[in-house]
Amino acid sequence: MNKLYEKYIKTDSLPTLFCPGCGNGIIQMAAINAIENLGIKQDVACVSGIGCSAWIPCYLKLDVMHTLHGRAIAFAEGLKFARPDKKVIVFTGDGDCLAIGGNHLIHAARRNIDLTVIMVNNYIYGMTGGQKSPATPKGSMTKTSPFGSVDEVIDGCELVMAMGASYVARWTTAHPVQMEKAIRDGVSHNGFSFIEVLAQCPVQAGKNVYGEKDAASIMRNFKNNTYIYKEGVEIPKEKIRVGTLKHNKNAKEYIDKVEWVMTARELERR
Amino acid sequence: MAKITIDKVCCKGCDICLSVCPKKIFVRSKKRNNYGTNMPDAQNADECVVCRMCERMCPDGAINVEGEIKENEA
Amino acid sequence: MDKSATKAGYVVLQGNEACVKAAIYAGCRFFAGYPITPSTEIIEMMSEEMPICGGAFIQMEDEIASSCAIVGARWGGKKAMTATSGPGFTLMQEAIGYAAVTETPVVIVNVQRGGPATGQPTLSSQQDIYQARYGSHGDYEMIALAPSTVQEMYDFTVKAFELAEKYRTPVVLLADEVVGHMREKIIIKKGTMDVMPDKIVGTASPRADFFTGKNVLVEGQLHDERGRRIGHLAEKSGEFITKLNSKISNNVDLITDIKTYFLEDSDTAIVAYGSVERPAMDAVRLARGIKDDRVSATVKFVKNVFRKGVPAAMRTDYSHLKVGVIKINTPWPFPQGELRRLTRDVKLVIVPEMNIGKYYREIERALPDKKVVSLPKCGGNLHTPKEILDTVLKEMGVNE
Repeated sequence: MNKLYEKYIKTDSLPTLFCPGCGNGIIQMAAINAIENLGIKQDVACVSGIGCSAWIPCYLKLDVMHTLHGRAIAFAEGLKFARPDKKVIVFTGDGDCLAIGGNHLIHAARRNIDLTVIMVNNYIYGMTGGQKSPATPKGSMTKTSPFGSVDEVIDGCELVMAMGASYVARWTTAHPVQMEKAIRDGVSHNGFSFIEVLAQCPVQAGKNVYGEKDAASIMRNFKNNTYIYKEGVEIPKEKIRVGTLKHNKNAKEYIDKVEWVMTARELERR
Repeated sequence: MAKITIDKVCCKGCDICLSVCPKKIFVRSKKRNNYGTNMPDAQNADECVVCRMCERMCPDGAINVEGEIKENEA
Repeated sequence: MDKSATKAGYVVLQGNEACVKAAIYAGCRFFAGYPITPSTEIIEMMSEEMPICGGAFIQMEDEIASSCAIVGARWGGKKAMTATSGPGFTLMQEAIGYAAVTETPVVIVNVQRGGPATGQPTLSSQQDIYQARYGSHGDYEMIALAPSTVQEMYDFTVKAFELAEKYRTPVVLLADEVVGHMREKIIIKKGTMDVMPDKIVGTASPRADFFTGKNVLVEGQLHDERGRRIGHLAEKSGEFITKLNSKISNNVDLITDIKTYFLEDSDTAIVAYGSVERPAMDAVRLARGIKDDRVSATVKFVKNVFRKGVPAAMRTDYSHLKVGVIKINTPWPFPQGELRRLTRDVKLVIVPEMNIGKYYREIERALPDKKVVSLPKCGGNLHTPKEILDTVLKEMGVNE
């Protein structure tokens, strides 16, 4: 077993319930690396909702809250407000975050509260057996769209950028090093950080959604179909933008703003 | 020379490591892991450049690489 | 900057305001809420008081988020509360179930209004009595407190925090619009007392806040003592659910709080909870011919109507009517044992309620050998003392 993995994982809970080739394990490893490199094991808590991605932090030897479907961000906001000095990472999926939890997502982004939300986007509801999600590409055949999905896709990154999130990045499981750096940047950033990770679900989605059925090929496609975003660089239309899409260091964080208002009031009274 | 170990308790036989290794060290084998699938074998460990990509990419933390990065190849 | 936000002494407060004062006294330092009539005064006052006493206040995007946030904050080590009414309480059921299964001590104030759906935003009701108990899915036990005066709104809020911490469970303060919006003179306590019970009950999980190095796993699925899921194991799951419920169901007598008035010699008892206790008390005073200076002007008016507006035969002295009141302060868990003990010598039980007659069923089930009469009143007004007294007379067979 990997030494670092062993340090962070509750080994008595192994094996994890992820299917062979699942992208969640890669994200778990990236998060472990990021927490280890930042040295914040004692000062970080993880919150997750429901779905495959929500199981990522449950195996970690950290303070973890495995909450209700879609509500992870709401729980995390309460936790962060209670302990503003600590870091909170939210693991959530595309259905968890964009469908049932969409309201909480946009309001957390609007507040710019210091959370790091890692949205694992595998284009599908994996835990329930492969139904369409708000991120399922148009035309994909899933269990609940047997004739091809007709729904428009929600781009989580664009959504939270419009709502005022101050750090937004998108990577895939084929970019583990960059993903780890994004998690580090997101956790260090004082403000709402949103990291979308495109992940493969070879078992429930597979050929009908990604066009490939084995994990390695899907990941190769991720690498080929993405284009690293840099400001001012034209991106080919058919490619997916990855990279740090927004990093606004000057945006004021919500709890800071609340404290600032109270300090101003105190000064006024004196 | 790097020492590569694959844990048969963790491995689920997804074969991601086969495709990510730049030196193609991992090969398919007949060995079974605890999950019941075929697990890979690290054959040409001498070639390893200790890029640790397999460690990062293994979804189940099954691979451990011990060794120093070779100066001339790094 | 943890300053005392409350000074001791007599004050005139609205029920909702008293609830805020009490929460701060009890050590509540996190409030998340969403405005909803008739509980809005709580969130309004909290937004001012909470930052002053060093706590955190946040207005969330909906009631679901509010109830989730307080659970999150409680695991962060802050005592937390939220307040809502009818439709908001429905949305909160999700997190109430989560708080029950994860044994999170939080307080949810429900200032009841008429339902279903949007219902009657500005009128009172007791229609949520069953929702407070059975609202969320699955097997869980609930503690609910029902105040009938502003003083009780204050005292019960403090008590709710105490019970929540002692039994590691969510507690519902089941107030209603009448109590929430009424102003009365009450005594409030000084400063802040971080109410924390000496002992947590046996079968409840011990306190384990986040960031104390314990690597807690808070799990909404059925779990073992280390947080590992056991939802797929039938036997262990059964044990878990039994344990979760037993921490309250085995301690019903400890939690039960019942007040009685004039019950010693009574053969008829009016069983009431929440604000309905007020007209019930007045009905008893009328029945027993007690002249009470504290009886409000409304009651005097009603008394007058009662005296003048009824036929001569009615103008009897009813002081011989042996009627008493049993006031249930803790409607949940249902105080079956205590109720049976108190009604040993009673033959007739009247249950006035501001709903279609819900809690009456529980009482009828608990007292199979008594005549239990339901006195429902729908529409949003309290019963008048005369209505209750009329029912008493009718059921007692007193000739009018």
